[in-house]
Amino acid sequence: MADSVDVKKGLPANPEKATLEGKNKFLGMFVFLAGETTMFATFFGTYLGLRSGTASGPEPADLFQLPLVFIMTMILLTSSLTSVLATYAMKKNQFGKLKLWMWVTFLLGVTFLSLEIYEFVEYYEHGLGYTSSAFASSFYTLVGLHGAHVLFGLGWILLLLLRNRSRGITLYNAPKFYAFALYWHFIDLVWVFIFTVVYLMGIGG
Amino acid sequence: MVSEATNTRKKSVLWDWLTTVDHKKIAILYLIAGTLFFVKAGLMAVLFRIQLIAPEMEFISGQTFNELVTMHGTLMLFLAVTPLFFAFANYVLPLQIGARDVAFPFVNALGFWLFLSGGILLSISWFFGGAPDAGWTSYVPLASREFGGIGIDFYVLGLQISGFGTLISAINFIVTIINMRAPGMTMMRLPLFCWTMLITSMLIVFAFTPLAAGLLLLMLDRVFDAQFFIPGEGGNVVLWQHIFWIFGHPEVYILVMPAFGIISEVVPAFSKKRLFGYTSMVFAVLIIGFLSFMVWMHHMFTVGVGPIANSVFAIATMTIAVPTGIKVFNWLFTMWGGKLRFTTAMHFAASFVPTFVLGGVTGVMLAMAPVDHLYHDTYFVVAHFHYIIVGGIVLGLLAGLFYWYPKMFGHKLNETLGIIFFWVFYIGFHLTFFIQHILGLIGMPRRVYTFLEGQGMDTMNFISTIGAFMMSVAIIILVINIIYSALKAERVTEKDPWDARTLEWSTNTPIPEYNFAQTPQVRSLDPLFYEKIHGNGEMKPAEPLDDIHMPNGSILPFIMSIGMFIGGFGFISFHMDLFISPYVLIAIGGITFFGGMAARSLQNDYGYNIEKETVESMEKELS
Repeated sequence: MADSVDVKKGLPANPEKATLEGKNKFLGMFVFLAGETTMFATFFGTYLGLRSGTASGPEPADLFQLPLVFIMTMILLTSSLTSVLATYAMKKNQFGKLKLWMWVTFLLGVTFLSLEIYEFVEYYEHGLGYTSSAFASSFYTLVGLHGAHVLFGLGWILLLLLRNRSRGITLYNAPKFYAFALYWHFIDLVWVFIFTVVYLMGIGG
Repeated sequence: MVSEATNTRKKSVLWDWLTTVDHKKIAILYLIAGTLFFVKAGLMAVLFRIQLIAPEMEFISGQTFNELVTMHGTLMLFLAVTPLFFAFANYVLPLQIGARDVAFPFVNALGFWLFLSGGILLSISWFFGGAPDAGWTSYVPLASREFGGIGIDFYVLGLQISGFGTLISAINFIVTIINMRAPGMTMMRLPLFCWTMLITSMLIVFAFTPLAAGLLLLMLDRVFDAQFFIPGEGGNVVLWQHIFWIFGHPEVYILVMPAFGIISEVVPAFSKKRLFGYTSMVFAVLIIGFLSFMVWMHHMFTVGVGPIANSVFAIATMTIAVPTGIKVFNWLFTMWGGKLRFTTAMHFAASFVPTFVLGGVTGVMLAMAPVDHLYHDTYFVVAHFHYIIVGGIVLGLLAGLFYWYPKMFGHKLNETLGIIFFWVFYIGFHLTFFIQHILGLIGMPRRVYTFLEGQGMDTMNFISTIGAFMMSVAIIILVINIIYSALKAERVTEKDPWDARTLEWSTNTPIPEYNFAQTPQVRSLDPLFYEKIHGNGEMKPAEPLDDIHMPNGSILPFIMSIGMFIGGFGFISFHMDLFISPYVLIAIGGITFFGGMAARSLQNDYGYNIEKETVESMEKELS
């Protein structure tokens, strides 16, 4: 049984993939993310198809503020780095460090999400309601869906941290932390595309 | 320390089925639910065929006709065929690869319950202001808030929920096949049914997600007044068609691939020969899977996407005929010179080949973009896809049903009744649909609820409806067969009643919950047949007999699906006058679903162990 391995004698080199359950979670997560990629691709396609459909409402270039988006990008990229550091700590069986870096990831995620909400409120005040135009709908849907993924990830990491706050790293929970880290990288990757396709192309044409 | 003895507690039958995570029981659930939706969708078809039996009939109204046609297509494709294949896949696939269970038993159960709650949500639309009526493709602007009735909301959310269930089941199958094969079962020894299910599942992962995205867009348009498909506000209606068909064309292969797999299992078993060209079969499946994503625009030749796009997609479409042809010839060569046994399953498998070819040939005809302007939205198209869907997919399903029935239920279906069923169904099918090719060529349009006298369509429509009646009679014969066989037929106690070739036939009947007491060692393609020739006819074990670890049942999948159902209904109820606010419903649904997720991640579920001694005594009892 996975949990009966004595971690004091040391974990295997890759605790997240040492059991069949772990291997299944690892592969299952990748397949799930492949599906998510396709779904986001569809939303990107929709956005690209509709972004000039502004129906004489606000246009991308009127709204987007690069400094804010740049800060958001940096925060999210950093959170991906901290989740890598957490994964390293996990592989070295350093439970304290794992928790620390996961909490940092969590806080960075919360900051990012708050900035995104601030951004949406700002745009709304500049006259870009959800129903203003096809551009507005597709922008809020694409970026908002990414935000929803961040929110879901934050709930996930919170549950993981609370559940495992005093358990140490086991072969049972290592795959769970690892699956979360994969998900978090994916969110980060999607944001890189949003940053490029939505914001940079929105300002630069 | 972890063997919490949940298996010793006696559960009531209902509780057992609601909480089960056993892939064999989930398979039976899929089989029952899929059959109910299948019969329901079939009855709808009979109703609108009665409407079309004679010119200017007034059996049902035009509105009802639209609702019936839409629901017939939607139910058949999403809630009948796919679940029925999932039933076989759930039951047979872990057995064929020598696994004790699927990779994610909990997710597997959740997949079923989500599919069912989505299906029920779609079905109750009749009681809340009418079923969806914009065709199964739900094209905007016909499906937009302005023109489409409330049924479209049920369509969008019902499919969203059941599609989510299908998606997570597919992920489960992929991981099971890749990670959980018995020792020696290399990818090139994988039975073809597993191969086709693997590719099908991958297609689901890459095709159902665009559908989910498209349905979300349509939902946002209809419920929250987004502007995706409203041209006046910068939206685009053709966008829906692109998103729908980039899902919709792979969907055809999601449906037909498992049928290919079943035929590739049944034909060798009843020809007493190895499947001809195994490797080329595998690569044909891979190529078809890949190409299915390259051809979606052939559904849109008449939309006006331009000659270049039309040409490219026409050629890509015709390319699919090549790997498909390879498969057809391999089936023929398998039968060629074989020692054929014409059981009912073999009747279905053998008749699959010519009807499927006929459907394929009309497919190539439709792939010619200029001529498609002639065929477009006529009964020719209807005839074409029913030759694929009934003459291919349903025949494959029925072959699988008769073939695996003894393994699933411990007794065979009656062969005489089976063969009568086959002929009535097969003749009825051709009567219904062959003539529709001609009807289409003389100009009868799809989705029109009546036709005028004196256009030369009366007799052919009459014959078509008679064929539909015959198929209904055939299904009644099947039901009689199932009841009769359950009461009368001899129990099958032997492991291998068909003298078959693959691993599922090496297990005891009935199959214990752990499938294999010891994981088998696979030494060849067609492992059981190999042991029959080179050994004692029993699989060699790959591990010593030991305690077997099994997952615990859980009620959470059921509860989470109810949450989804309530939430989905909440989104629909924005356009209804209910005593309860939609926001409350959505909140209840969301809390139930995500609460279930949280509960799942907070509980310790290590499963339980079946002790070695119990396994030994169970094995002794069965053999």
